[in-house]
Amino acid sequence: MDKLKFATVWLGGCSGCHMSFLDLDEWLIELADRVELVYSPLMDAKKFPEDVDVVLVEGAVANQENEEMAHRLRKASRYVIAFGDCAVTGNVTALRNPLGLALEVLRPVYLENGDANPRLPDEKGIVPVLLDRVLPLHQVIPVDCYLPGCPPDAPRIRAVLQDLLDGKVPQLSVEQRYFG
Amino acid sequence: MSVVTLTIDEKIVSAQEGQTLLDVARENAIDIPTLCHLDGVSEAAACRLCLVEVVGTSRLLPACVTRAAEGMVVHTTTPKLVEYRRMILELFFTERNHVCSVCVANSACELQALAASQGMIHVRLDYLHPHLPVDTSHQQFGIDHNRCILCTRCVRACDEIEGAHTWDVAGRGIHSRVITDLAQPWGEATSCTSCGKCVQACPTGALFRQGSTVAEMQKDREQLAFLVRARKEKQWIS
Ligand code: SF4
Ligand code: SF4
Ligand code: FES
Repeated sequence: MDKLKFATVWLGGCSGCHMSFLDLDEWLIELADRVELVYSPLMDAKKFPEDVDVVLVEGAVANQENEEMAHRLRKASRYVIAFGDCAVTGNVTALRNPLGLALEVLRPVYLENGDANPRLPDEKGIVPVLLDRVLPLHQVIPVDCYLPGCPPDAPRIRAVLQDLLDGKVPQLSVEQRYFG
Repeated sequence: MSVVTLTIDEKIVSAQEGQTLLDVARENAIDIPTLCHLDGVSEAAACRLCLVEVVGTSRLLPACVTRAAEGMVVHTTTPKLVEYRRMILELFFTERNHVCSVCVANSACELQALAASQGMIHVRLDYLHPHLPVDTSHQQFGIDHNRCILCTRCVRACDEIEGAHTWDVAGRGIHSRVITDLAQPWGEATSCTSCGKCVQACPTGALFRQGSTVAEMQKDREQLAFLVRARKEKQWIS
């Protein structure tokens, strides 16, 4: 059987979900036998490939770069998993939403409380422009599977990936569905 | 009191006349999800999670305030009810700001547990993300309006068990908010006896003990039912 082309993506999140992925420990060896890792912050790959079977997407959509990446990965992937609470609900990344739009959040941080030369971080092509509202992944692209948790613990991640490897629709138990 | 016979989820059960469907279901180990119901205080029928279908009635009825009657045929988990409950939960999650990972009640919250048990694995509606205050003016407790679901359990516990009626609800619709005394900061509400019953009654992380951080606000809800039972039935041992 051909190996599944497997990717992981890091959008607006703290990387905790990826750390939790590494908590899969020796099961990662088993996984490596069954999938081919084609893109991930954990490896050296510059461009998201054209053809991916399964992708874990950590983080909310917080800036334009996240948004473009979300569309790119959706176009190229058969099965998109919202990986962790930030991707599923916005979570900590979306804590800024009640405080106002992007500028209202940036202003007190970079202008009102900035030191020597207060200015907004607006280096074109280098610093991604913030979206006015942080969005959960499914409000930007269609999502095939939700894997909640902050971070989702290794057994949850394994449960979802194991089901996919077995050709089944992933089913999480009630305990594995908790946010937080 | 006379006894009636009814059917809940194909199971024939008997009940005291006047008993609520919720009561009868629980006595018979049939699980109906609830949020605003709290053992020991009156019902508010505010959350609508306990809605059930009763054959012959086109409306859905809240089990916590619907009385059992002879010959009733009740369904508690039809596909329609499952979908409605999920939608109600999504509305709770969008109306205020719930961030379980950084919440005092994480892993001890009835709303969070219901989302998991009722299969609300993501929210299809847009989040409103309102800007809401946290009042920590009270010496021992605090209220975070971001987490309040307006179940009024605090209002009823304070009024009916403690007899202080510090809490009430002000405003209408989406602007409703629980208040202390005449919408003063909690620390200035002179009717508050600092008994902490509201904190125990609250199903979420909205009411908390000061100094609790993420996942530290464990609550003892049985305590309230115990107090009520003790007073009414002079039963001081649980
Ligand atoms: S109150 Fe409950 S549902 Fe809301 S954030 Fe806290 S733990 Fe989550
Ligand atoms: S503070 Fe807690 S108990 Fe009171 S209405 Fe809000 S959620 Fe319910
Ligand atoms: S428990 Fe019946 S409406 Fe809330």
